[in-house]
Amino acid sequence: MTDNRNHIIGKVDWPLLLIYFALALIGWFSVFSAKYDEMHPHIFDLSQVYGKQLLWIGASMFVAFLILLIDAKFFNAFAFWIYCIILFGLVAVLAYGTATKGATSWINLGGGMKLQPSEFAKLGTALAVANYLGRLNVDLGKRKTRIATYAIILLPMALVFLQNDTGSAIVFVSFLFVLYREGFPGSGLTMLLGVLAVVLFVLTLIWSQQTMYIIIAALFALTMTFHLIGKRRYWMRIVVIYSCMAAFVFSVHFAFFKVLQQHQRTRIEVMLGMKDDPHGAGYNLHQSKIAIGSGGLWGKGFLQGTQTKYDFVPEQHTDFIFCTVGEEGGFKGTFVVVLLYVALLVRIVTLAERQRSAFSRIYGYAIAGIFFVHFAINIGMTIGLVPVIGIPLPFLSYGGSSLLAFTIMLAIFVKQDANRLNIL
Amino acid sequence: MQFNSKVLSGRRNVIITIFVLVGLVFVVRLFTLQVTDQHYKQLADNNALRFITQYPARGMVFDRNGKLMVYNEAVYDLLVVPRQVKAMDTLEFCNLIKISKETFIEKLEKAKTYSKVKASPFVSQISKEDYAKTSEVLFKFPGFYFQTRTIRHYPSSIAAHTLGDIGEVDQKQIDEDPYYALGDYIGKSGIEKSYETDLRGIKGLKVVMVDVHNREMGSFREGELDKDPQAGRDIYLGLDADLQAYGEKLMQGKIGSIVAIEPATGQILAFVSSPTYDPNLLVGRERGKNFNNLLKDPMKPLINRAVNGTYPPGSTFKMVIGLIALESGSITPGTIFHCNGPGTLPIKCTHHHGGSPDLANAIENSCNPYFYEAFKATINNSKFGDIKKGYDYWHDMTYKMGLGHKFDTDIPYEQNGNIPSRSYYDKFYNKRWNSLTIRSLGIGQGEVLITPLQLANIAATIANEGFYYPPHLIRAFGDSTAIPDNMRQRMETGIAQKHFKVIKNGMRNVVEGAHGTARRYKIDSISAGGKTGTAQNPHGKDHSIFIAFAPVENPQIAISVIIENGGFGATWAVPIASLMLEKYIRGFTKRPELEQRMMEGVVTYKEER
Repeated sequence: MTDNRNHIIGKVDWPLLLIYFALALIGWFSVFSAKYDEMHPHIFDLSQVYGKQLLWIGASMFVAFLILLIDAKFFNAFAFWIYCIILFGLVAVLAYGTATKGATSWINLGGGMKLQPSEFAKLGTALAVANYLGRLNVDLGKRKTRIATYAIILLPMALVFLQNDTGSAIVFVSFLFVLYREGFPGSGLTMLLGVLAVVLFVLTLIWSQQTMYIIIAALFALTMTFHLIGKRRYWMRIVVIYSCMAAFVFSVHFAFFKVLQQHQRTRIEVMLGMKDDPHGAGYNLHQSKIAIGSGGLWGKGFLQGTQTKYDFVPEQHTDFIFCTVGEEGGFKGTFVVVLLYVALLVRIVTLAERQRSAFSRIYGYAIAGIFFVHFAINIGMTIGLVPVIGIPLPFLSYGGSSLLAFTIMLAIFVKQDANRLNIL
Repeated sequence: MQFNSKVLSGRRNVIITIFVLVGLVFVVRLFTLQVTDQHYKQLADNNALRFITQYPARGMVFDRNGKLMVYNEAVYDLLVVPRQVKAMDTLEFCNLIKISKETFIEKLEKAKTYSKVKASPFVSQISKEDYAKTSEVLFKFPGFYFQTRTIRHYPSSIAAHTLGDIGEVDQKQIDEDPYYALGDYIGKSGIEKSYETDLRGIKGLKVVMVDVHNREMGSFREGELDKDPQAGRDIYLGLDADLQAYGEKLMQGKIGSIVAIEPATGQILAFVSSPTYDPNLLVGRERGKNFNNLLKDPMKPLINRAVNGTYPPGSTFKMVIGLIALESGSITPGTIFHCNGPGTLPIKCTHHHGGSPDLANAIENSCNPYFYEAFKATINNSKFGDIKKGYDYWHDMTYKMGLGHKFDTDIPYEQNGNIPSRSYYDKFYNKRWNSLTIRSLGIGQGEVLITPLQLANIAATIANEGFYYPPHLIRAFGDSTAIPDNMRQRMETGIAQKHFKVIKNGMRNVVEGAHGTARRYKIDSISAGGKTGTAQNPHGKDHSIFIAFAPVENPQIAISVIIENGGFGATWAVPIASLMLEKYIRGFTKRPELEQRMMEGVVTYKEER
């Protein structure tokens, strides 16, 4: 396969790359606008974050280009080694990392360079899962296989969680998509139960514990009535299911008020509209909604935003970058960005299905899941559909580690796809 | 459970459905948020920030007795943030703040050039009445707001040169020090300049949210960005306000200066430069106009003659000549030089004292030939080898006595004065010069130039019998911070105390002796020493000069008085100095007629070129 080099341009999936370029470009302009400073009006000014973001885009694209030149089998062959190195990095960050905004997730490389290993942990885990489940002799029916798979996912997730970086840890939930696609026993049910759990969780908090007990009891009575009329013999299961629901409601109440930390509790309450606190804990969300909401249909125009210009929205060039898109680009801008993301996700899944190797397919689903969770949580939080969880919007948010990690993730997949016909 | 691959590949649709569904939810939510819901647009309009600079109270200034000399008065500046300006009734606005529409447009353009999102000063120092009227209706004019700050006020209208003034910073100062922003004030002269960083304090900041009606809605992010201003340091001057005011009155109608120093500390007690001006002229909106008028005044009232004027010291220089001659061993107190009155060569005597004087007599009678001979004896002293080395020694000694250089304490715009160096003479006379060539130095004429401050310092040095503290204006900071070290450093002249005693004795005779040139103005029951000077100069009639200290036993004040073109030292400078000494030591004077004559006396400046 030494002739790859000559044909790689023709074989890569250009729609995917074009979506990537478009998002990176929108990101760069948004960071420029969010941090625009009259003293440094030049978008190429390297002393400013927007100049640095350009450097990161350049560096990421260079790395992506190198990846396209490397033999496609490299990533499968070295998946576990990469995974181990990243695990090592996560341990190192716990020992030597520096804390930023409550999370100990940075390693100082000196010279102002910082690296966030948790951004690369997702990549490493995706490679490891794809490698493990992609082996020919793997039997999903065996308990050992399942335990090993869960371990591969939960180990980095736990380490990231220990860094107090809850947001990045939650992203590992995205691997459920892969497991579901690969027919992992119970994964579909887990997702269903997950959705049910979220619904119960939200309703419990909104309607109070007692109301929920009454509703569950009423539903139980109703189901039993129908059941008895139908003369079926599943009543035992029904009792178990409803008991579990009641127990869950109880534990939600307990967890919410006894386990969660105050700031997490407040964020959830604000998101659910239980608390209206525009100057306190709900400040970020409130300002974020004002910025996006004031954009209107067509937006205020590039560099014309007033909300983002005045730093009303905190972290507006990183986690809240979508506010700049919303304010200056309006609905037109946010629609395009959402459309680009959905297109990216659908394209990845479509390409994943056409892979001949299990590794490539599983890897594709893994990164689609990761991108999706980032997309859903980040945009969801800026418009008040998800509690405020600090994770970046892939390709748009300022930040070298995340941009580089997401670009590598995508580049590896593009390489696998370009190479798919060489696999017999 | 095992699934066949077809089932699994079908699951892609489930996953894609989830992706698309979430995207759809977002789009719907964004549409309602951005397009259908107008609520957020209103909230955004109400979300303007205002960065209000909290100006600290500038430090106040007191005299040595705690009398207030400078305090602050509140004024109101109108500021504008161009981007927040909305369509409004410009005419009404212009009428309120009394500017024309053209000026309005011009000012707004200027503000835009500075910054669209940062506040620029629009109209400065609006009167209380206009402020009251305008602030009531300011809600109609978004983007404009008032900021309170203070300007200086001088209750007794004295000591303009000492206190100095403050004015708006220029672009150069803004570039040099990031502390300053457009429209800030900075000390321009006097102690306002020297102690700028102490007096100014530290600016604070208040960030408030402003709604669409230009109303302040409370602090932004719970005041997280706010900073309280820190008031400036108060300053206590060495100046005695009563003495200063008295000196200024005495100097009315005359050109010149009075400098009084407390010998034991170097603190300046009075610092008069005449003509002077009311410091309140350089405050407020009329500042620019008044400043230009003062600048154009041919009498040059803005110049502080006490440090910026340089004069030939005339006979007041004789103590310096005598002291160095004594210290170098070139003469003794008993040394007698021949004086033949007006017929003496090469320098004639201007007094008729008869006979040949010793040192003390020569001072009392201001005998020119004696000091020419003493100067000659010093630089030709055989112990130096040759006249060049002798001259270098003499030059060094004058330097140690505080001549020919600045003190560099806290007095702006000091001049060096001039004691010519050897190389100057080498160049000027092509190395062929001797004591005869430079004879006029011996009587304080020729190239020698001295500032009134240096002259007063000579008097203080003699009063102290051998040392001085660099003269300075400050006495203490209000918060007891130590004043700078260089003002507390005792400077030694390197001349033995016993020599000073001889000179002091001679100076006492000037005031109290039978032939003393200042004997007419001896102060009742207060002993004093002094020396008159009558300095020839190229600008017309001689300058009238007097230096003095009192009481002789325990000097509390040393003084120099120069009246330009006042003629003999005894004509104007002596009586004025004498009154100043009496006023300071006694608190009042017993000579009202003399006082009146001095205050009413006019010495007009005649340019005779």
